[in-house]
Amino acid sequence: MTMSNTNYNLPADNDGKSIEKFLVAQLKPRGEIFTLFNMISVPIMTLGIVLIVIRFINGLGAVTNLTQEVPWGLWIGFDVVTGVAFAGGAYVVTFLVYILNVQKYKPIVRVTVLNGFLAYVFYAGALLLDLGKPWNVVNPIIGNSFGVSSVLFLVAWHFLLYMIAQLIEFSPAIAEWLGAKRIRKILSGMTLAAVIFGITLSTLHQSGLGALYLMAREKIHPLWYSEFIPILFFLSSIFAGLSMVIFEGSISQKVFFDQISQKNHKAHDGILHGLSKICTLTLLVYFFMQVVVFIHGKHWDLINTRMGYWYLTEMIGFVVLPMILYFYSYRKRNITMIKVSALVTMIGVIINRLNVTVIGFRWDAATHYVPTWMEIVVTLTVLCVEIWVFRWIVRRMPVMRASPSWVNEH
Amino acid sequence: MGIDRRNFFRSLGLTGVALGAGKKLSATPEQSDEKEFYGILYDSTRCVGCQSCELACALANGLPEPDPEDYPMPGTIRKTNENRRTVINAIETPQGEIYVKNQCMHCNQPACAAGCLTKAMYKTEEGPVIWRDKKCMGCRFCMISCPFDVPKFEYHSPNPDIVKCNMCYDRVKEGELPACVADCPAEALTFGTRRELIAEARRRIHEDPDSYYDGIYGEHEAGGTGYLYISPVPFEELGLNTKLQKKSYPELTKGFLFSVPSIFILWPAILLGIHNATKNNAKTTDDDE
Repeated sequence: MTMSNTNYNLPADNDGKSIEKFLVAQLKPRGEIFTLFNMISVPIMTLGIVLIVIRFINGLGAVTNLTQEVPWGLWIGFDVVTGVAFAGGAYVVTFLVYILNVQKYKPIVRVTVLNGFLAYVFYAGALLLDLGKPWNVVNPIIGNSFGVSSVLFLVAWHFLLYMIAQLIEFSPAIAEWLGAKRIRKILSGMTLAAVIFGITLSTLHQSGLGALYLMAREKIHPLWYSEFIPILFFLSSIFAGLSMVIFEGSISQKVFFDQISQKNHKAHDGILHGLSKICTLTLLVYFFMQVVVFIHGKHWDLINTRMGYWYLTEMIGFVVLPMILYFYSYRKRNITMIKVSALVTMIGVIINRLNVTVIGFRWDAATHYVPTWMEIVVTLTVLCVEIWVFRWIVRRMPVMRASPSWVNEH
Repeated sequence: MGIDRRNFFRSLGLTGVALGAGKKLSATPEQSDEKEFYGILYDSTRCVGCQSCELACALANGLPEPDPEDYPMPGTIRKTNENRRTVINAIETPQGEIYVKNQCMHCNQPACAAGCLTKAMYKTEEGPVIWRDKKCMGCRFCMISCPFDVPKFEYHSPNPDIVKCNMCYDRVKEGELPACVADCPAEALTFGTRRELIAEARRRIHEDPDSYYDGIYGEHEAGGTGYLYISPVPFEELGLNTKLQKKSYPELTKGFLFSVPSIFILWPAILLGIHNATKNNAKTTDDDE
């Protein structure tokens, strides 16, 4: 961390000669090599890559515990469904900044969009590991087989389009890094369109991930199945994403201390305070929806069962409790408490997504699906690689630090 | 202001594209009215549990030959898997030991085909629901969606297939009978159009009401299936799922899919509207700083 970001020169605009040298120089590692995170993540990633090779040689059964009854496990239920919910921060924050024009949140836009973009790239990447025939993944895209009646078709297309939209939203930072002044101007002109398109896509595929489970009517425990799964998934993606922003932000403030300007350091508490208010309100609306769904479902008899207690744990411990925590810490302006609330909310979102996709899915089957240690290692590998890439970008591009001075000259 | 106008047209264009794509969305697979779906009627009162259908199926589809030691026994439930597409189970009932066949139900509106994003799982206009190797990406959404848990996956293959009964589609196209129907020595299986089969099932129940439970499994379950069952006992005793909804399963996602085009029209317009309405906020806050 001792090496700062100032000991290299940006190539001049349109100066073709130095760009290669510049890129090679950028590839070199920055910062300390023997950090705690590196010491933990390198062995995990090495083991994970070995497991991925085994998976492609011997089939999914060699590393996963998936069964004929439970064909989607941790890699879908956690990596994709939960991961995408946490990536929801990007559309909420761009909505606040570009649509509502609340300038207060501007310092966190880039890092949130970058996080969202990487989450989609890596979770869609994790999806490839789970596909039986990943080489056919282009089929629904290139147009020889459009299964337009499929919710999954919609989700797949939205993932792809949203990744492009997020890349456009983030691209001015890449242009600033490369010193491409003219290109930056064009790219930042596209931001608003990308944001509007991105929010529309997010609304549909955040709910679409829930809609995937609508046809599994008899397979999901009745306390978690309802026709409102799409709406519940959409609503919860708002506070899931924002809690992730709070969580990631409080780590970044420490780890990337050198990147963040004094002004933005000071602004950060105000940002968290504002986000805690939005989280309180959306959690309240979400809880209200859950109550309506429960009453609508008429499942009072199921409450006094093991799954019923688990349901109550989720609703009270991980919806009502974080809502109260957020509200309390908002009123008291207690930043530490806001971070705790974010953590509890995130655990709650993980529990909720796993309840629908894994725990409550075929809850009545003779043999329950429990992921193997290998599935968990591969999941951690995906996470570690994502953090490595995130760190690489943050140390090089103006994500958390201010844009170069030439940006405002025009 | 110029940029905003350009952006407005850009989002308008995108909306148009989305609208065009949206129009194609429909939750029901296309079904021609001229052609009637073929199906198979299974009569449990005639089945003797000889497993000829299992052997015929294995031979016709190049599957491993069934283990002769593995035969129907009351109390044990044999399941289809990646090596066998149909199984016979024995059930002990007050009327004595009876049998039940399991395989793909070939729904009129199959959840697996509606869910398939590459149309690998496909409802043919003849009626059989088939799986196509070259289109499939192995996502297993068909297995999530199927209310009968029919599609099976080869978990131990680097190039895994989805395995399920395809009603011997190649034979049906040539005008031949499916292998299991052709080889059944007890005439427990009848091949024909759904309409013929339902009429035949009703005739059998009507002529001998003492031997049959009054009902046809598959006539309405999951919106109607190509495989139809008649039996001496209520169907839940055969281990068939009688709690399935009468509507087809793709109906469950229809509401969501139909809302997609309207969101694609409304959202960009609303968002752009809010953006323009709040633009002055940005200016005032900038001035404050």
